[in-house]
Amino acid sequence: MTERVIEMRGLRKTYGDLEAVGGIDLHVDRGEVFALLGPNGAGKTTTTEILEGYRARTEGDVSVLGHDPARGETSLKKRVGIVLQSTGVDPFLTVRETIEMYGGYYPRRRPADEVIDVVGLRAKADARVRRLSGGQQRRLDVAIALAGDPELLFLDEPTTGFDPSARRNAWEMVKNLVALGKTVWLTTHLMDEAQYLADRVAVIAKGKIVAEGPPDSLAGRDRMLTRVRFRPRAGSPEPPAWGQVANGDGSFDLHAEDATRMVHEVTGWALERDVDLDVLEVNQPSLEDVYLELTGGEAGEEP
Amino acid sequence: MSQVFRQVRFTNKAFWRNPASAFFTFVFPLLFLAIFTTLLGNSEGIVNGETIKASTYYVFSMASFGLISACYTNIAISVVFAREEGVLKRLRGTPLPAASYLSARVLHATAVAFLLVAITVVFGVVVYDAHVPELADLLRFIATFLVGAGCFAALGLAISGIVPNADAGPPIVNAVVLPLLFLSGVFIQIGDDAPAWVVWVGRVFPVKHLVDGMRDSYLGLSFHWSDVAVMAIWMAAGLLVARRTFRWEPSR
Repeated sequence: MTERVIEMRGLRKTYGDLEAVGGIDLHVDRGEVFALLGPNGAGKTTTTEILEGYRARTEGDVSVLGHDPARGETSLKKRVGIVLQSTGVDPFLTVRETIEMYGGYYPRRRPADEVIDVVGLRAKADARVRRLSGGQQRRLDVAIALAGDPELLFLDEPTTGFDPSARRNAWEMVKNLVALGKTVWLTTHLMDEAQYLADRVAVIAKGKIVAEGPPDSLAGRDRMLTRVRFRPRAGSPEPPAWGQVANGDGSFDLHAEDATRMVHEVTGWALERDVDLDVLEVNQPSLEDVYLELTGGEAGEEP
Repeated sequence: MSQVFRQVRFTNKAFWRNPASAFFTFVFPLLFLAIFTTLLGNSEGIVNGETIKASTYYVFSMASFGLISACYTNIAISVVFAREEGVLKRLRGTPLPAASYLSARVLHATAVAFLLVAITVVFGVVVYDAHVPELADLLRFIATFLVGAGCFAALGLAISGIVPNADAGPPIVNAVVLPLLFLSGVFIQIGDDAPAWVVWVGRVFPVKHLVDGMRDSYLGLSFHWSDVAVMAIWMAAGLLVARRTFRWEPSR
């Protein structure tokens, strides 16, 4: 029997007339990586901060490791690690000292050196925090969250501001955490991040959950039609009517149930008429396509 | 309790490595002591009907200045910065109780203040031949010091809640205390001919009571427990305001 680490029912949060979170039901099981995906301002951080105990909810039931986070109980804080979007540390302590200091607040702590290795900061272990780059400081944030050996980890936009290679490293780091048996609550507006890391994804838009499921089959993504895109070289004859849509740049999109047959049709026509195809692509709809459709086209916008 | 002392250790490490805090909190009062005693040390003044040398006068006003800079200014600015940088928000997500964090700050500040007062007094004894007090006087002195440290630490915590953001931190914190230091005779001795309102500022606010209490107890002049009592009242008021205005996160 799986254990519910996080459960919320009918969670609502309003600020005056503004409804930031509009009645959502979600749950996370032990050992899962759960991603809350959505554009900025959709309610991700509000929801996360309610779970972390930073915000009081307006309505609904919330349970985190069997506790109500709004009560701010120390017994809950001892089992949870939090990576927030904007928190600092003393710039004059070293990486190791900082991790030791925060680890000391928890009954069960992990050796500082072990945590330093998990986040890949070995070379900077004795550097003062003020000497770290932005990406390194973010890793330190994760290291601090791990210092108390938490069962549940909150990662709020953990790779914002990372370059692509730092992001890859951070993802490997999260995968390592999962191997350690942690449960992870992740928020992100990056499709590939959710796709790569999450066991389950929920898409939030305007404070409501619009889809929920494993990233590969979110909102029927696995049942959506395959897209075949092709572009005959300029001056080629018009292709026959297969139901394609012209994109305006000379290329055409076809949405096909039977992609193999469709590709065969297109290439057969091209060979027969001696048409060069500059572009020929066969794509499953990406998580991004699904997401764009669900959130009304606000994918991955920076604030 | 051990958690508080652990926290004091880290607070202490960060304090001495931060050039701004080490200089303004620690070096500044000692620098002022050297300047004032060198420039004005040989004149004499009358305190409580007794003639004392200006150097002796400055030993205690600079000791008070040291205590105020370690407890009030240092705590107020450190807490404002910790809040604006998100350090307090992060702490709130850990099992460390806020009381432990703040107690550690106050204990550390008191230790720094103790060091400053001790250096100042030893300086006075060695360089200006100030006398070494008797036990009863010394105990009164220690009581004044401890209540004074608590009072100014509480006021530092109170003002940190009132300061809106990090940029406003140092100006507000200093704008409150600097005029008081002058009006309480910390830098320039205030004579009997001072305007009545200046005398009242000295009576109402805690700065002059700290200077008087430390000096009178140490020198065995007529010590008034009322000096300690006024600081105790300000400490209680400071704690009350701090409780009401303390914030974990920057206001937006």
